[in-house]
Formats: sequence, structure tokens, C-alpha cells
Amino acid sequence: MLELALFYIFGTIAVVSAILVITQHNVVHSAIFLAGTLLSVAGIFLALNAEFLAGVQVIVYVGGILVLFVFVIMLIAVERSTFERQFNRQWKIALITSAILIGELVYVVYQGRDTFVLAEPAVPLVQGAAGNSQQVGMGLYTTYLLPFEIASILLLVAIVGAVVLAKKKTQTE
Amino acid sequence: MNFLDLIWLIPLFPVVGFLVNGLIGKRLPKSVVGIIGAGAVLVSFIFSAGAVLQLAQLPAEERSHTVRLYQWFDAGAAQTLGGQMARFQVDFGFLLDPLSSVMILVVTGIGFLIHVYSTGYMHEEDGFYRFFAYLNLFMFSMLTLVLGSNYLMMFIGWEGVGLCSYLLIGYYFHKKSAGDAAKKAFVVNRVGDWGLSIGIMLIFVSFGTIEFTAVGEAVREGLAAGSFSVSDPLFIGIALALFVGATGKSAQLPLYVWLPDAMEGPTPVSALIHAATMVTAGVYMVARSNFIFQMAPEAMAVVAVIGALTALFAASIGLVQNDIKRVLAYSTVSQLGYMFLALGVGAFAAGVFHLMTHAFFKALLFLGSGSVIHAMHHEQDMRKMGALKNKIPITFKTMAIGTLAIAGIPGLAGFFSKDEILWKAFSNPQGHVILWLLGVVVAGMTAFYMFRLLFMTFYGESRVDHHVEHHIHESPKSMTIPLMVLAAGSVVSGYLGIPLWLGGTNAFEHWLEPVFEPLPITQAAIVEHSHAFEAGMAALSVMVALAGIYLAYRKYYKTSYRAETEVASYGAAYPVLQNKYYVDELYDGLFVNRVKDAGVGLWKFDAKLVDGAVNGSASLTVTGANGSNWWDRWIVDGIVRFIGGFIKTASWPIRLIETGYTQNYALVMVLGVLIIIGYALWGGQ
Amino acid sequence: MVATHHYLFLAAALFTIGVIGVLTRRNIMIVLMSIELMMNAVNINLIAFSNHLQQVNGQIFAIFVITVAAAEAAVGLGIVIAMFKNKETMNINEIDLMKW
Repeated sequence: MLELALFYIFGTIAVVSAILVITQHNVVHSAIFLAGTLLSVAGIFLALNAEFLAGVQVIVYVGGILVLFVFVIMLIAVERSTFERQFNRQWKIALITSAILIGELVYVVYQGRDTFVLAEPAVPLVQGAAGNSQQVGMGLYTTYLLPFEIASILLLVAIVGAVVLAKKKTQTE
Repeated sequence: MNFLDLIWLIPLFPVVGFLVNGLIGKRLPKSVVGIIGAGAVLVSFIFSAGAVLQLAQLPAEERSHTVRLYQWFDAGAAQTLGGQMARFQVDFGFLLDPLSSVMILVVTGIGFLIHVYSTGYMHEEDGFYRFFAYLNLFMFSMLTLVLGSNYLMMFIGWEGVGLCSYLLIGYYFHKKSAGDAAKKAFVVNRVGDWGLSIGIMLIFVSFGTIEFTAVGEAVREGLAAGSFSVSDPLFIGIALALFVGATGKSAQLPLYVWLPDAMEGPTPVSALIHAATMVTAGVYMVARSNFIFQMAPEAMAVVAVIGALTALFAASIGLVQNDIKRVLAYSTVSQLGYMFLALGVGAFAAGVFHLMTHAFFKALLFLGSGSVIHAMHHEQDMRKMGALKNKIPITFKTMAIGTLAIAGIPGLAGFFSKDEILWKAFSNPQGHVILWLLGVVVAGMTAFYMFRLLFMTFYGESRVDHHVEHHIHESPKSMTIPLMVLAAGSVVSGYLGIPLWLGGTNAFEHWLEPVFEPLPITQAAIVEHSHAFEAGMAALSVMVALAGIYLAYRKYYKTSYRAETEVASYGAAYPVLQNKYYVDELYDGLFVNRVKDAGVGLWKFDAKLVDGAVNGSASLTVTGANGSNWWDRWIVDGIVRFIGGFIKTASWPIRLIETGYTQNYALVMVLGVLIIIGYALWGGQ
Repeated sequence: MVATHHYLFLAAALFTIGVIGVLTRRNIMIVLMSIELMMNAVNINLIAFSNHLQQVNGQIFAIFVITVAAAEAAVGLGIVIAMFKNKETMNINEIDLMKW
């Protein structure tokens, strides 16, 4: 019952905030609503017994990525963009396409809904002393060690790339 | 505290000093740099003293303490000469036994005094911090050399002191002579290091280990089991290879040439590195490898002969040198020759004893000469000194003590150690009366040139420049106090080893006995001599020394120094001695210029043949390039332009679709995804 | 007990909203935010299946997705700054250099 309540409360907030993200004129407002979506997705993660991911979502997404967004907005946001036309010329055709997309997605899930209901819950993930974080950690540092290391290289490359892109151009260039 | 297990810290303190002074010393005030530099060595000295005291409390046969920090490397299995496989693995370990305890006390003790002295002597120099950083790095290397528990650890230190020696000789790098001297020292030492590394490799392939203690045991076991025999060519080879290393580092014939030039470095460096510590590394190494040398009597004979000849050779050059530091440099080479003479006749303890006493009085003499140079505003030529006795009294008194000590006057340190060597050279089975005779002659020459130095510098009439004369002043306390401490050491350090005939116990030799335990080799019986005979021999050598002093007194005290009379008194020998037997010129002709010729030859080859080929191919390329230019312009470009024009004309309908807007493309992409999903859902049926 | 397909519907909704944002908005900042929305939708799917199958792998993949999202945000915002410096605009439809 609690899970159901969590799902509906957070799901509603997530969807509503997401719609607001893409409809706001002011970029700062969009960013704030994005925070709402992200936090409620963290709540959904909690409902799905993924406590560690919920924490990561809050810390990395809201605390890291979103702050980065706000920072860039602060650096470059121009007042005039608020009063400009917000949507491009292809918005009608894009909306129709998106409607077809969600139609297809819902159709797929709806068709396959029966396969998602197990007769009874499988073995609970959280078992014995091994908590969620411990299980994630075990997986991350054993089976997925190599991808994990590669991810670290990806981040390094991203850092260097971001610095190169954003740095001041020198006179010689 | 259990200092015995903390001996690995002893070399580490100077490293801290080196890092601090080397990295941030430039921004620190000079006083702080000096305190860090000298303080690090003082802490090392305290730890050394603690460790040695604790070692002395152990029973004599247990006085060998090894601390293994970690396995340095393990290079896998290798075949030894005996046919077995052995792993070439080296521990980062330190060994404290009576021999290394003597060495660390000398190195840290005298090193500390010289550091203190340097704070005064170097005070006006630029790069004060650099000097102390190098000195501390040197202390680290030297302590690693004498404390390492295996040959490779020793080799690290060996190379490290070589590097520091190079850096410090070239300290005044803006002077060409200093840079040349540094390079000379480095290159000559390379020759020696080559021998040492060959020796270490031979040791490994012979015994399967390079730990000092393990090699010693292997020799003993092999001797007991009969698998090794005395005078085995293998042992002679190892011993000679090691000795080549020693001749390089300890400036013996024929590789001594770098040491006199090394005097281009600051005087405290000459005292620390080129008199008291680094140059004795070869003596230490041979003493440490005594079990190998004992197995190779022929090699020991070579060591003894080279030592005696070096002593004589260097002393004779020292007779006529006019640069105060060069006299001391040749004296150092000569005294090192004494030490090798002792090692060569099997009197390892006597050699190490002389090493220790020599460290005291030679450091004292060098620091004293530094004090003179300091007072004279960097004048090193003794011909421009004289009558300084009353102007710098403390320097004079301490240097007089050092001179008496090195001359072998009874009651001072040099007498005990030198007499011990001469006696052993005479009485030991490996000794020979000729070796003894050479030693006695050198003793007389030593007394002569040292008193010549003393008289020329401090007595007679003043030959000082008038500008300089007003400014002559006694050195600051930071310089005179180390002098006084070293003077005290030059007197008392000899009493550690009072020989039996004087009613002593020869305590120093007993202390070193565990390290120099003779191998069970049958040798010629030691001829017993009475104490009276031994005393007579000692008296003889003292008389020779006194004769040398008297000669110096006649020539340089009674009659004031005049260059012409000195030149005349040596006759034809003077230019030979003054030019150091033309050895430098010989080496220049034999090696240096041949290398230069080879370089010029290569340059000519480069200029004519290589450059010619390059130029020819260049002009060939230019000609070819002109042809290909035409081809490129008309044929290749023509085709490209044609294709470009064709596509441009034909592509106008496509340009209507390609808008360049990212979102257009994204929309098409989504449409594509829709079609794929649709096909997956409905297209299959 | 919420059936897994509920989560999938939610994810589909978020994903489509993200797609709409990417396809229609002119402001490049909001386009980037929409991409984040899409990634979140994917994460919800991954974790829903992780919960469904009682396997932890999905959560680990979600961590990688977050990693990629962080990298993408850093590079994307770097591009935004570079673009703003050169073109003085945040409107994506003023950038048409892909057609030369």
C-alpha cells in the first residue's frame, strides 16, 4: 500500500514537473522544475527498493548536474530569450510524432503487461545482512569492474573536454 | 627506544632535510636552511650513537643486526656458476655490525660538524639552500652505502655519493674549471663503477646471493666443503673487479686523477666528501668484502702494492704543490694509499682504524684550510700567505694539532693508526719489508709536506696582498667550534686502539673482530716479534717523521720561502713533480684526445657523407616535386574540381531537405525509431 | 504491490516528454534538460526491471547511465558556453553550420 502511494504521489509530481520543465519561458524555472522531477524520480527509486540509487540520484543529479546547469544559466542566460518565441517551427509535426511514440510505447507495455506480473514476488533482493548498497558495491567492483574503470576514463575525458570547450580562446587562435 | 630496529631511519633523516631544503629552501631564511640541514644530520648521529651503544651491549658474536624493510625486487631465477638455480632477489635492508657502526659514527659525527662549519663558511654564497640540499643528499647516499645489507644497496649509495660529489664539485658551475673538474670526477668514477658492477654480478653468479652476511657464509661453507679453494681465479677476478671500483672511488692509482681537481668544490665539500667520508668508501667496500679478498691472496698483493705506490706517488707530488687545498688533496690520496696497504696485507682492522683517525685529522686540516681561505678572501695560493699565526690564532692552533696528528707524532691519533699499519705491513704473512719501507718513506714525506704547508701559511714573512692584509680576520664561532671539536678528536680517537706493546688492549681491533674473522686458511706462520722490537720499529718511523719535520723546518722556517730556491733544490725533478708526473697529460693523450678525435671523425663523416647524402636526396626531391606539382595541378586537381562541380550541380534537390538544424535531424531520427518499432510490432506478421 | 508495467508507463511518459522537449524547444539549455529527463526515464525502467527480476544488475547499469549523464552534461554545457561566446545566442535554430 505504501508503495502504491509512493508511486502515485511521486509519479504525478514527476510527470507534472517534467511537463513544466519543457513549457516554461524562464530557464531558471525550468531548472527548478527539473529538480522536482529528479527528486520525485529518487522517490520512485525508493519505492523500487533501490535505496543506494535514490541517494545517488539526489547527490549526483540534483547536487551535481543540476547545479552545473544553474551555474551555466547564471553565466550566460540572456534576459531576451525569455521574451522570444519558445518553440521552433516544427513543433506541430514534432508533437504528432511524439504522440505516435507514446502511443506505440503504451501499446507495447500494455500488450506485455501480463508478463510483468509474477505469480508471487521473487526472492526479496534485500536478504540477510547484504543490504542494497552492499549488493550494488559487490556487483560494481566484481562483475562490472572493467566497465567501472572505463566509466572513470569517460569522466576524465569529459572533464578535459569540458575544460577545452569552455576555456577562453587565446589570441593566437 | 630500540635503536637497533630503527637504523633504517638513520639515512632517512637527511632525505627529509634534502627534500625540505631542495624544494622550499629558496624561500626559507638562511638560518632555517642551516638548522634543517645540520639538524637532520644531528638526529641521524643521535640515532647512530644509540644504535651503536645498544649493539655494543650485545655479546660479540651477536653483533650483527639486519633490518629488512621490504623486498626490493625479485628478478626470478638465474643459473649460478655452481649449476644451481638462484633467485636474484634483493631486499631493501640495512645491516649494523661493528664495521658499519664505525662508519656511520664517522659519517654522521664528522658530517654534522662539517654541516655546522658550512653554515658559517657558505654564508655569503648564493644557492646556500642548494648547497645544504646536496650535502644532505650526500649524507643519505653515504649512510645507505655503509648501512646497506647487500651489495646492491651499497651500489645505490655508491652511485648516490658519486652524483653528489659531481654536483658539489661543480657547485660553482659558472666557473669552467669547476665544471670540468666535476665532469672529470664523474667520468673517472664511471670506470671504477664499471669494475664494481662487474664484481657484483660475479658475486651473484658465484654465490647466488648478494647479501653481505650470506656471501660470507657461502664462502665459509664452500671452503669447509672443499668446493672453493684459495687462489681460485674466480675469487681473484671478483676481488680485482671490486678493487677497480675501489680505485675509482678512493682515488688510487691509476684512477686518482679526479681527486686533486675535485678541490674546485667548496672547502667543506672537500673536507666531507673528498677527505673524510666518500673517498673512504672503497676502503669500506674492500673491508666489507674481506672474505673474498682473503680467498685471493694475489689480489690482496695487488691491493697492497697499489696502495703503497699510490701513497708514495701522491706524497711526492704533494711536496711541491703551492695550492693549500691541493697539498691536502694529494695528502688524502697518499693516506688512502696507506689504508689500502693495510687492507692488502690483511690488516683490515688497521685500515679501518686509519680510516677513522684520518677522517678526524684530514677533515680538521681541510676545514682549517677553509678557514684560512675564508680569512684570505678566497686566496688559496700558499705563496701569497705567510705569518698568519697571530692573525687567526684558533685556526692556527687547531691546524697545528692536525698537522702533528697526520705526521705521526706520538700521542696523537695518526701515530697509533699509522704505526699499526706499518707494523702490520712488516709483520703480517702477506706483508713485505719493501712495503714497510715504502710506508716509512711516505711517513717522512708526509711530515715534510705537511709542515711545509704549516710553515708557509702561518710563519715566515707575510707575502699577503696589501688589500687583503687589512681584512684578515678570525672565522666566526660556527666555524671555529667544529675545528676545536675535530682537533680534540684528532688527539683522542687514536686512544681507541692503543697497541699491545704500549700496554693497551687494541680495543678497536677487538671491536671489529666479528667482521674480520679470518677464514680457516693455512698461512705462513706469523713470526713472533718481541714488544721491544715493535717499539723499536715505531721509534724508527717516528724518527723518520721527525727528520721530515726538521727538513721542513730548515727549508721553510729558518729561511723564508722563496720560489727560486725551492725550484733549485729539486733540480730536474721539480717540473715533473709540479706537473704531477704529467699523468693528466698522459691520460689526455691516451684517452681524452682519442675520444675527441673519434668525435671529430664522426663529425666529419656526418658533415661529408651523411650531409652529402641528405643534400643530394633533397635536390632529387625538389626535381621530383616540380614534376609532381604539374601532375597535381592539372590532372589531380582537375579531376577533383570536376567531381566537385558535378556534385554541386546535381545536389540542389537534396539541399532543400538538409536544413542544417539539429532538431530537424532529431525529428527524422525519432520518425525512424517509430517506423522500426512499428515494424517490430506489426510488420512481422 | 505495484505491478511493474505501471513503472514502465511512467517511464514512457517521462521519455516522451523529454522527446517533445528535445524536438520543439529553441532554448538549448532546456533541450539539455530534456535529455536528462529521457535518461531518468531509462533509469526508472532499469530499476523497475531490477526490482522485477530481483537482480542487482539493473541498478549497476543505472549507475553507469548516471555517469554518462554527468559526462554528457559537462561536455554539453561546455559546448553551450563555447557557442554562446561565438554566437551570442542560446537558440538552437540559429545554429545551422551543419549545412555548409
